[in-house]
Amino acid sequence: MKPPRIGAIDCDIHPALPGLSSLIPYLSEHWREMVQQSGLHELESMNYPPGAPLSARADWRPVQGKAGASLEQIRSQALDPFGTSLAICNCLYGVQLLFSEDMAAGLSRAVNSWMAREWLDREERLRASIVVPMQSPELAVKEIEHWAHDKRFVQVLMLVSGDMPLGRRHFWPIYAAAARHGLPVGIHAGSSFRYPTTAVGWTSYYAEDYVNQSQAFQTTLTSLICEGVFSKYPELKVVLIESGFTWLPSHLWHLGKFWRGLRMEVPWVDRPPFEIVRDQVRLTLQPADAPPDANKFERLIEHMQSDKLLLFSTDYPHWQFDGDEALPDGLPETMIRKILVDNPRETYPRLMELVP
Amino acid sequence: MNIHATPKGEIKLGRAARQPVADCDLHPVPNSIRDLFPYMEKRWRDHLDAFGSRRRQGIYQGPVYPKGQPDAARRDAWPPGGRPGSSLAFMQEQHLDANAVELGVLTVINPHPGNYQNPEQSIAMCRAVNDWQVAEWIEKDKRLKGSILTAYEHGAAAVAEIERLAGDPNFVQVFFLSRTAQPLGNRCYWPIYEAAVRANLPIGIHAFGNSGFPITSSGWPSYYVEEMAGHAQSCQSQVTSLVLEGVFEAFPNLRIVFIESGFGWLPALSWRLDRHWNKLKAENPALNRLPSDYIREHIWITTQPMEEPERPRHLLDICEWIGWDRILYASDYPHWDFDDPAHCLPGDVSDENRQKLFLNNALSLYGLDRASP
Repeated sequence: MKPPRIGAIDCDIHPALPGLSSLIPYLSEHWREMVQQSGLHELESMNYPPGAPLSARADWRPVQGKAGASLEQIRSQALDPFGTSLAICNCLYGVQLLFSEDMAAGLSRAVNSWMAREWLDREERLRASIVVPMQSPELAVKEIEHWAHDKRFVQVLMLVSGDMPLGRRHFWPIYAAAARHGLPVGIHAGSSFRYPTTAVGWTSYYAEDYVNQSQAFQTTLTSLICEGVFSKYPELKVVLIESGFTWLPSHLWHLGKFWRGLRMEVPWVDRPPFEIVRDQVRLTLQPADAPPDANKFERLIEHMQSDKLLLFSTDYPHWQFDGDEALPDGLPETMIRKILVDNPRETYPRLMELVP
Repeated sequence: MNIHATPKGEIKLGRAARQPVADCDLHPVPNSIRDLFPYMEKRWRDHLDAFGSRRRQGIYQGPVYPKGQPDAARRDAWPPGGRPGSSLAFMQEQHLDANAVELGVLTVINPHPGNYQNPEQSIAMCRAVNDWQVAEWIEKDKRLKGSILTAYEHGAAAVAEIERLAGDPNFVQVFFLSRTAQPLGNRCYWPIYEAAVRANLPIGIHAFGNSGFPITSSGWPSYYVEEMAGHAQSCQSQVTSLVLEGVFEAFPNLRIVFIESGFGWLPALSWRLDRHWNKLKAENPALNRLPSDYIREHIWITTQPMEEPERPRHLLDICEWIGWDRILYASDYPHWDFDDPAHCLPGDVSDENRQKLFLNNALSLYGLDRASP
């Protein structure tokens, strides 16, 4: 169904970087020279092959260039049709795929500068996530510290699959910095392809890799919980973005059962996984991956035992729904306002700081 | 779970306490690898002594993640002088008789040489385990049926072993571990599917194995609890691969059983597959139907470790969405996370569905209906 026009907060849109050349003005002298010297190629990732139907909805593709690459497109396609009051921009340019930590840091700084100048300065409904070189927690923390004063940056952005499971202590400095600045950590679908997308090797088809993203979110949630991230940082909020969410209840029932049997192994996990998730984890709406009939969907929502978990998103320009039907059928009436407005406000405290 | 845990009040027996059951995941083990020696040539006995078994992992013997209990077993499942699962008499008394097991499907996972790195050893030892199952278990208790271990990373050898045992009433399925070296839809496995269909045998796929790849798409987790929970995700990838790579289109009579990887995830995965296949179907024109149709028709799933929702009745939604005719009871005896048939299912299930889940689905899948010859 079409979302009511009540000032929706869209927690996942993707302005596109037209190309590496757009970053040139924002690179330091060193990285400008390195990019040119090495003839660096575009960092488009295999997570979204540019021509694949899912990567951009057909009616959102311009005749030339990329979907979501201009402010005009974002206004007329992502913001206005849904009466969106605020939208969080998650830039998916593939800096996380680089093996050089230094180059990843240099390019992350440029991506964030580009975001601030070309988008946030020019459209007051936009907010953004801080892209960080997750290859190096030390450099990622530096990037967070650099932007934390700018309240238009409302979260830290990571990819769900990288060098190691995100719960590992290796990453904790990033979580400490995020918590210190009141920034949720947004974990977005996507892999840096250090490993295949399955536990059993490389797939044959792109469709497999995309579907497998939700398994990556499941193992990542397991890791964050079992390693004790939520126990160590009780103030931290984690947002799973473009993750799907219909897998959530059964995954937490399954993990909860093993936690009861094996909690001696992870004694810092002092309450059931589902309780932790209800306090500290949120998920964006699209792709809803909903069942074909509304009745099953209502029951699935009941399995979640909370009306606070979901945050509105269109995932623009990815093709997750047709027309303006950004809400899946079967969402209880009482949850719609929460998903569109209340839950995002509660999750992202910075959204309120700039809103009159 | 471990029955030496302090009891909290009296456990009330459900009405299913003495219902006859088919247990689709029962683990016999050789007490020592030497128990298998009579079933293999001298070359392999010598090889085991000298080199052991090479798997895609760093630890020479045993699992890479230390288990929660010795041998991952219930503490009360140790027979005098032996390993849990090594004594038929003990298993009969503690489980088969006590829980009214009418059919026990043997699933030997320790050892399962199916993806040992040395191909000749993998082939020889699978054969040895198969012969050991018949001689030491199946011929001694007519409730028990075997699963054919195959060297599934070596298609031609696996096909030969299936053909050797096809038609042998002691065996009811072909048996893989889930952590294969390639996703199961990969064409390297198709000759095995063809042979299984020809032998009219389903393929059982049990959690564990050594793919050599980490159990997450971002590397190795730290804890056993993560590995255990992770089998549900790796089996989701296997279902995805089987469906999207077109296995069920190529083998319309293939039946697959997922064992010990949970089952609550199957409906959500089906919905996700349908949604995204609808957008991406141009990539593999071999598929003619919705992914959920293939799943509904070709995939069975065992219960243990049965998900435990905060509100038990929510589990019944899942059973309904999967289809009560596709879910098979499994105990995982003698392992620590054993699901007791008297207690594992919420109370308000119709007698008909209970009968299907605990007994009839398995009898019919494995061709053992009382009506059939």
